[in-house]
Amino acid sequence: MIPAAFEYYRPKDMAGVLSVLEEHGDDARVVAGGHSLIPMMKLRMAEVPHLIDLQDVAGLTGISIDAGRIRIGAMTTQHEIINHAGLTDAAPIMREASLQIADPQVRYMGTVGGNVANGDPGNDMPGLMQCLDATFILVGPDGERSVAARDFYEAAYMTDRADDEVLTAVEFAAPNAGYAYEKQKRKIGDYATAAAAVLITKEGGACASASIAMTNLSDTPVYSADAGAALVGSSLDDASMKAAVDAMLGDIDPTEDNRGPVEFKRHAASVILRRAIENAWDRA
Amino acid sequence: MSNKKHFKLTVNGEEQEFLAEPRELLIHTLRERLRQTGPHIGCETSHCGACTVTMNGKSVKACTVFVAQADGADITTIEGLGNPDNLHVLQESFKEHHGLQCGFCTPGMITRASKLLEENPTPTEEEVRFGMAGNICRCTGYQNIVKSILAAASEMNAAKEAAE
Ligand SMILES: Cc1cc2nc3c(=O)[nH]c(=O)nc-3n(C[C@H](O)[C@H](O)[C@H](O)COP(=O)(O)OP(=O)(O)OC[C@H]3O[C@@H](n4cnc5c(N)ncnc54)[C@H](O)[C@@H]3O)c2cc1C
Ligand code: FES
Ligand code: FES
Repeated sequence: MIPAAFEYYRPKDMAGVLSVLEEHGDDARVVAGGHSLIPMMKLRMAEVPHLIDLQDVAGLTGISIDAGRIRIGAMTTQHEIINHAGLTDAAPIMREASLQIADPQVRYMGTVGGNVANGDPGNDMPGLMQCLDATFILVGPDGERSVAARDFYEAAYMTDRADDEVLTAVEFAAPNAGYAYEKQKRKIGDYATAAAAVLITKEGGACASASIAMTNLSDTPVYSADAGAALVGSSLDDASMKAAVDAMLGDIDPTEDNRGPVEFKRHAASVILRRAIENAWDRA
Repeated sequence: MSNKKHFKLTVNGEEQEFLAEPRELLIHTLRERLRQTGPHIGCETSHCGACTVTMNGKSVKACTVFVAQADGADITTIEGLGNPDNLHVLQESFKEHHGLQCGFCTPGMITRASKLLEENPTPTEEEVRFGMAGNICRCTGYQNIVKSILAAASEMNAAKEAAE
């Protein structure tokens, strides 16, 4: 389990990161917590001749909440998210989801930036970010740009991020809504068989808005606009719940693997989504 | 290709300097270079927690950290928590409550538990189980591990109260 040799860099600022990325192109990659990348390097499924450690780069940490706008620096760990009282107040779904990622040791190291940039369909944060309608901030040789989480994912490990860009932060509006992150997994520390992120607002006993995204049920996270729309205006009667689940089932495209055959995954997705909708509704 | 670099770690309070390749895994540095063989290699794939050490105040799996990332870090292994003549409360407690059978997972368990109790000195049983979920044991069925940790917590709290 020894990875191929690499040149190691630990720059103190973003200019230092970008210059190595520019010089070595495809041969260079950043490492954040390393808990997705290092296992891949040890298996030699990833070879990274030039590894750039982000741990000392200024400006990538911290959580700020300003006039209802939340910004989480890319190097913020899952452990920090779980323990941030202000964030838990403003967006409790972040803590609920983070507690269901991996195990304590991994959560001390794993970062939000690594989780969303990785592009592994098994990661939980991408679906969560789509549910929150988050924006990703990227910086590259031509400066900064932002991309909607809902437009970021192209295929497994393929995202809108260019090889010479670094993700610096995720941003979203504090969701003033009922919320739930529900995940079916084989054991603690496992990736999802199916997971659902749901935000619901209520007005006068009816659903005013609903946002629904699913994890590990396609080669990208799945934001299901139709599933959300099926709930709006209803008071969560059986028919609208079924319509939402059916809409979600029309949007996912799971494949068979060691977590089960396609039919089982579709079943698990339905159960998990119903549960998440019910929880979010109760909290709305 | 050899590209050895100079690294510095503080391990169990002692400063260590050496040359190593950046790709060396921290668990190998600790066990083979610095002879701290308490942290074990169970899976080497980030799943079992036998290699758990405390690095800059975090419980980490030392098989999933490159020595280069750890450069400058402060590291505590089981050797830094207690020794045969002066056992840590958790070590006493595991002994007393049969928190181990073969003992392979135990250094990782105790190192993780020490951090857990530091962050949450009065955990419920459920919190202990959730906080220890990154450590796998093939022998005990966990019951006595949980019992040992809860007993150690009470003992540490009683000692703290007595001191105040
Ligand atoms: C046992 C185990 C169980 C796990 N279970 C889960 C789980 O249930 N759910 C889950 O979501 N994850 C899980 N993970 C993954 C874990 O959460 C990772 O830590 C996370 O996916 C990646 O974060 P990282 O900081 O470790 O990224 P790294 O491993 O450092 O990087 C991952 C990828 O993203 C790139 N990258 C990192 N940061 C940036 C950045 N700022 N800009 C651009 N590119 C960047 C890297 O180049 C690399 O390609 C698990 C991991 C382990 C070892
Ligand atoms: S040896 Fe590191 S987690 Fe198993
Ligand atoms: S005591 Fe044998 S693995 Fe835990």
